[in-house]
Amino acid sequence: MFSRAYRTAITLPPLLWVTVFLLVPYLLMFCYSFWSVSPSQAILHTWTLDNYQQLRHVDVYWQTLLRSMWIAARVTVFSLLLGYPLAYFLSFYAGKRKDLFYQLVIIPLWVSYLVRAYAWKTILGSDGVLNTLLQYVHLTRHPLEFLLYSPFAVVLTLTHIYTPFTFLPVYASLEHIPRNLVEASHDLGASPAQTFWRVVFPLSIPGVLAGATFAFVLSLGDFLAPLLLGGPSGIMISNIVVSLFGAAYNWPLGAAISFCMLVLVVSLLFVSERLEKKWSFA
Amino acid sequence: MELCLSGANHHSKRAGWLLGHALLVFAFLYLPIVVLIVYSFNGAGVGGFPPRDLTLDWYRTLLADGAIWESVVNSLLVAAAAVVIALGLGIPAALALDRAQFPGKVLFRRLVLLPLILPGIITGLSLLMLFNEGKVKLSLLTIILGHGTALISVATTEVFAGLQKFDRAQEEASLDLGATYWQTFLRITLPNLKLSIVGAALLIFTLSMDEIAVSFFLIGRDNTLPLEIWGRLRRGITPEINAISTIIFVFSLAAIVLWYRLRLGTEGSPETAAELIEPAVQGAQS
Repeated sequence: MFSRAYRTAITLPPLLWVTVFLLVPYLLMFCYSFWSVSPSQAILHTWTLDNYQQLRHVDVYWQTLLRSMWIAARVTVFSLLLGYPLAYFLSFYAGKRKDLFYQLVIIPLWVSYLVRAYAWKTILGSDGVLNTLLQYVHLTRHPLEFLLYSPFAVVLTLTHIYTPFTFLPVYASLEHIPRNLVEASHDLGASPAQTFWRVVFPLSIPGVLAGATFAFVLSLGDFLAPLLLGGPSGIMISNIVVSLFGAAYNWPLGAAISFCMLVLVVSLLFVSERLEKKWSFA
Repeated sequence: MELCLSGANHHSKRAGWLLGHALLVFAFLYLPIVVLIVYSFNGAGVGGFPPRDLTLDWYRTLLADGAIWESVVNSLLVAAAAVVIALGLGIPAALALDRAQFPGKVLFRRLVLLPLILPGIITGLSLLMLFNEGKVKLSLLTIILGHGTALISVATTEVFAGLQKFDRAQEEASLDLGATYWQTFLRITLPNLKLSIVGAALLIFTLSMDEIAVSFFLIGRDNTLPLEIWGRLRRGITPEINAISTIIFVFSLAAIVLWYRLRLGTEGSPETAAELIEPAVQGAQS
């Protein structure tokens, strides 16, 4: 029904834009990762594998990547532990107040990420709200130092930020479960626990996978929360990239790390999409 | 009868546990926001319990703070321009995904949506390298291009979701009755997508106002608000930052309420403002 001219008019502009501002930059990142920096700090456009060699042989990159993945994994698990039961409660038990609760989960998303991370900093610091509160009620005498500038602070803050993101897809998948399946399970004599584990949970797995992917990928690449709250022990892989693009001035090496992250993220998306398909019965 | 009762008991016990858990999660989600707002009135600084010397001084300091307001103006400018770019390309992109077949369509779809799920650092750095190779000087313009490009994804998912809801027969009728494609687009397609487009604009505007990971790498001499705040956080913190954050929070809430009203007025059904975010979240996974 649509003419060729119409289809060209809607396709060409976004296609061109996306090519210039998304595809070319990703390819350029790939190219950069094979270039190098001269002693006079100019980018040398000659091809070399040096950057990838460095990544293989210098331990700190690997260790930081693994630590970032470990932090991201904890964020994912905690976000699910907070988000899943919340979504389940809303979908199956909240009744008329469902919409209200839903809005309440969404509203924090409208507060800037940076501002919420900053708020946690004012809560966790040694003169922060939490430490002074604990001393005020005489639970502790000295400020608890591990609260801020630690991986703990990073995990806590990122969990705070990604819990609503995990909640959303889980909630959507729970809402799509036909209620008569649940009733049938009850009628056939299954206990509530059996109904949950054998009917509800398997049907919600695509939502869980989507939420987990979100939380994992976005927290893996974060560099602001570690800079603000992480301290030396909370450094993540993106922090290394930031310093390579800044003071350390080695863009090609930074590009190599970013490109590895890009590949990692895209493969994770691919795997999670496959698994989601496998688990969706609809 | 007894079975029934114990079933109901189980049910209410479970509901009780779940409600308790839900309340704890809400406490966790809202604690920083409440602290942020309360301490914006705290004369004694950003920490310290209990809050004391309640005062409006930080708001006064803020009002007189030229650098902050300059960055607010920059952010508003960037956000407005990002809305124009993202919608200008996102609407045709959604139409193209909906009704055109072309080679590389699958790749195109994935590329458009990728910035939704990709950590901002990757989008920011890849654009930084593009601008560096193209000898483009970093400025607000590069930030606008970055935000616009990253947020096409939001416009596309919202508009695409809107397209799935509306009745194609209207477009066909318009074409059959002799209207041109352009007339049909302006008089039928766009009005039908009005809510999706307004919703997308609102979301893009807010996301751009908050954006920091991409801007971080594309910044020239002029700061956006999040970058101005970031700079101050590294130098030592005062409740002035709480004050500006509180003001922005109030404005964001007002925007949500406005959107909610708008939606109620046009559709007559009490749909949630949150639906706005859902297509974006789901788009990222597809």
